Amino acid sequence: MTVHLVIVSHSAQIAEGVCELAGQMGGGGVRLIAAGGTEEGELGTSAPRIHAALEDALQVPDDAALILLDLGSAAMNAALALELLSPEQRTRAQIAQAPLVEGAVLAAVSAAGGADLAAAAAEAATGRDMPKVL
Amino acid sequence: MSEMSGLTTEQAKALFERFRELIDSHAAELTELDAAIGDADHGSGMQRGAQAAAEAIASADTPAAVFKAAAMSFISKVGGASGPLYGTAFLRAAGVQPQAAEWSAEDLRAALHAGYDGLKQRGGAEPGDKTMLDAWQPALDALDSGGDLQAAAQAAAQGRNATADLIARKGRASYLGERARGHIDPGAASSALLFQALAESAGGPA
Repeated sequence: MTVHLVIVSHSAQIAEGVCELAGQMGGGGVRLIAAGGTEEGELGTSAPRIHAALEDALQVPDDAALILLDLGSAAMNAALALELLSPEQRTRAQIAQAPLVEGAVLAAVSAAGGADLAAAAAEAATGRDMPKVL
Repeated sequence: MSEMSGLTTEQAKALFERFRELIDSHAAELTELDAAIGDADHGSGMQRGAQAAAEAIASADTPAAVFKAAAMSFISKVGGASGPLYGTAFLRAAGVQPQAAEWSAEDLRAALHAGYDGLKQRGGAEPGDKTMLDAWQPALDALDSGGDLQAAAQAAAQGRNATADLIARKGRASYLGERARGHIDPGAASSALLFQALAESAGGPA
């Protein structure tokens, strides 16, 4: 199982930037797919865009997709995008309960090291506790 | 009290055509409501969605196909939370009787319940949180207690009006706390129009 990351943000630039940062931390060993902004290129999230990114990530049988997302309607649209997948695809995709940047970096490192979907998601979730005030 | 009617494919199409008309004629009002407690995009967003839905349903040949085409239109065209919420509701409604050429009254009631359950799950809200649910729930209660689609539409409108007394627990309006009181929820307002469209398309005398 290879885990790919789908990066969802209201801003296309944030999504691209997170892919760049987490991709570097993953040392090129993980694929990140940006799904930021709306189809009209505005701020917002789009279930069809997230769905397309998931289809891309899941096209190889056995590959998996971990979704990292930012705020508000991102959670709703990501859940809806999962609902638009086939039942079989749905078993290979999940949303990380994690902050976007920290979660993406942790999941990227973990996925590049060969973690499966559940392990990458668990690793991403530890990003909630990253200290910000030292 | 007259009996609740079912839904033919033609009536399902009429529902979404009437919904577009009602959204168009109330767009300014929906935007005004949203400007008071949200981000002022509900009128224009719903117009885009309802317009796309009215076009996308043209070739649908079952009630479920109508609802599914409408769902995908709202999902693609409406930003913010309204798109995924209406999209989910219509998608779940379509899933109850995916093949039937016509929905019985019981099928229609089950489809509306599935839509409501989808809304609750997707939005994570409960009745009383000043959301769409506050129009949907009284409408479904009216149907469950034997009312027809007119009764459901009236109940949805009353539920919409009652959201003015509530404070919001979901969405941007929840940041306003007590300041949201006195304002009708825009999602409840567009939902009341949906039930009005349903009553006017399928609820006439048999």
